[in-house]
Amino acid sequence: MTETSTRTPRRSLGGQRRVSEKLILVSLFVCGAISIATTIGIIYELGKESLLFFQDPQVSFWEYITGTIWQPQAGSFGIWPLILGTMLITVIALTVAIPIGLASAIYLSEYASPRVRGFFKPALEVLVGIPTVVFGFFAVTFMTPILRDIFGADVVGFFNVLSAGIVVGILIIPLVSSLSEDALSAVPDSLRQAAYGLGASKLEVSLRVVVPAALSGIAAGIVIAMSRAVGETMVVTLASGAAPRNFVLGQDPWSYILSPFEFGQAMTGYIVITASGDLSYNTIDYNSIFAIGLTLFLMTLGLNSLSRRIVDRYRQEYE
Amino acid sequence: MTHETQAPVTKQEEPATKVDETTAEGMPAPEAPGVIQTVGMDIYYGDFKAVHDVSLNFAFNEISALIGPSGCGKSTVLRSLNRMNDLIPTARTDGEVFYHGENIYGEGVDAVEVRRRIGMVFQKPNPFPKTIYQNILWGAKINGFKGSKSDADALVQDALEQAALWEEVKDKVNESGLSLSGGQQQRLCIARAIATKPDVVLMDEPCSALDPIATLRIEELMLQLKENYSIIIVTHNMQQAARVSDKTAFFNVELNTKGQRTGELVEFSPTEKLFTSPDRKETEDYITGRFG
Repeated sequence: MTETSTRTPRRSLGGQRRVSEKLILVSLFVCGAISIATTIGIIYELGKESLLFFQDPQVSFWEYITGTIWQPQAGSFGIWPLILGTMLITVIALTVAIPIGLASAIYLSEYASPRVRGFFKPALEVLVGIPTVVFGFFAVTFMTPILRDIFGADVVGFFNVLSAGIVVGILIIPLVSSLSEDALSAVPDSLRQAAYGLGASKLEVSLRVVVPAALSGIAAGIVIAMSRAVGETMVVTLASGAAPRNFVLGQDPWSYILSPFEFGQAMTGYIVITASGDLSYNTIDYNSIFAIGLTLFLMTLGLNSLSRRIVDRYRQEYE
Repeated sequence: MTHETQAPVTKQEEPATKVDETTAEGMPAPEAPGVIQTVGMDIYYGDFKAVHDVSLNFAFNEISALIGPSGCGKSTVLRSLNRMNDLIPTARTDGEVFYHGENIYGEGVDAVEVRRRIGMVFQKPNPFPKTIYQNILWGAKINGFKGSKSDADALVQDALEQAALWEEVKDKVNESGLSLSGGQQQRLCIARAIATKPDVVLMDEPCSALDPIATLRIEELMLQLKENYSIIIVTHNMQQAARVSDKTAFFNVELNTKGQRTGELVEFSPTEKLFTSPDRKETEDYITGRFG
């Protein structure tokens, strides 16, 4: 060290390059920070406006988180009818999307030849590119009439959560399938070989080795698809009705409360309808959409961190 | 199992008619058919011929080693003995492979059924991400095992004992197989293979990912297993072949006119003979380290 320091350096040790590298580093950091700043901004805005809503003398926080009637005109602000709409639609959507998405993921990852995969994957991804408003019309003009034919027009309402749920399910199939396929493809081939070596058939290898080994990734994918379903807006706005399904526990039967055939506005649907109406700023209706938005945000945030936790906790370590 | 099973006589004579410079020599004339016999086996990947005309007779309850330089097709040969090569879409095997006298490439033979009888241990330990107990039972279960809990316990213990792993894991059979050391994982894989009750175990460089001590344990284990199983092992390590095997097959690579490298069987002899006085010059050059 001492020796080198006594030598005359061949060129200056101070450099321009370091400065430009620093600049690049800073600009990369700024780009990364933008999304975080946006998130913080959203939380701030939602929180501020929600506070206005909860400060309103007509609103009690307790009623908001426990009430089962949402009727702003009558001063009833119970969130549960809207959560119910969202949850029914989400459950129906997952019932549709999990089996189909998972089956197509297994097919693509384990069975399809490269040629078939080359056709199938882009075809599935086309579904992602279709605007959701188109799916909304698909629900109203195609799915709902079919359901009314099958179950009877007197049973199935024109606006119903089943139609919205099925179509939201179709909408999130590519999400379930592509995330699951990633997880399945990440299972090392040595495990498949081991299973084949023990005399397993292709189906046994797929269902009893590959799927269990990929389960954490599949579960995380399902949770992400679930938060997508919770946040889906256009389909539910168009197909599941413009009124929340208010109910009184103990009075309304569960067959009505949980019926897939009845209308049931979702949280997103309410926000869209209310925000697009001619409401003036700082009315209670207007402020309520921020409270609902905040609730929705917390729900999807919870789901996404749940998915992250599943992945971290159950990630299999293969050397 | 019956040791008297006869391979069709005509098939056995076939190699004799094809003898040329590259076919194995020095087999004592009328040899009893072993547990696995290959007759004039050629293996292709698409148009590429990977292995040319391999005729081998693997004896019961012996350890047979396949050695040779990289790319000589020894692993390819091994994997065609239980039809693992079928999993590679372009792979094709011509010729015949008799297992207890039945051609496993014959019509109507189910490759899955073949693999149930002929176990396999791989280069890298590959336990399932399940408990040790479930790892052992997995193969047995898909093979139709429906015993009670105590039958299952007995099966797991027996397989682990045979694989010389029981003493080390008996208190933690419900822990993940992946929590074991590399050498233990490989013995777990051996236990898993023998839990399906095969009579042949194929091993594809089973020690190449292990340290010398773990390697030694696996070798001791192979010598024990030989009493009940016939073992065919591919190894890069000539000393290993010399230490454990009864017979050794040496494969070499031939460059054909198209510049493709095709593997060929040079010599299949009792191990001691192959390493002390091989019949063929190439064998001697290889084992004395002149190439490879």
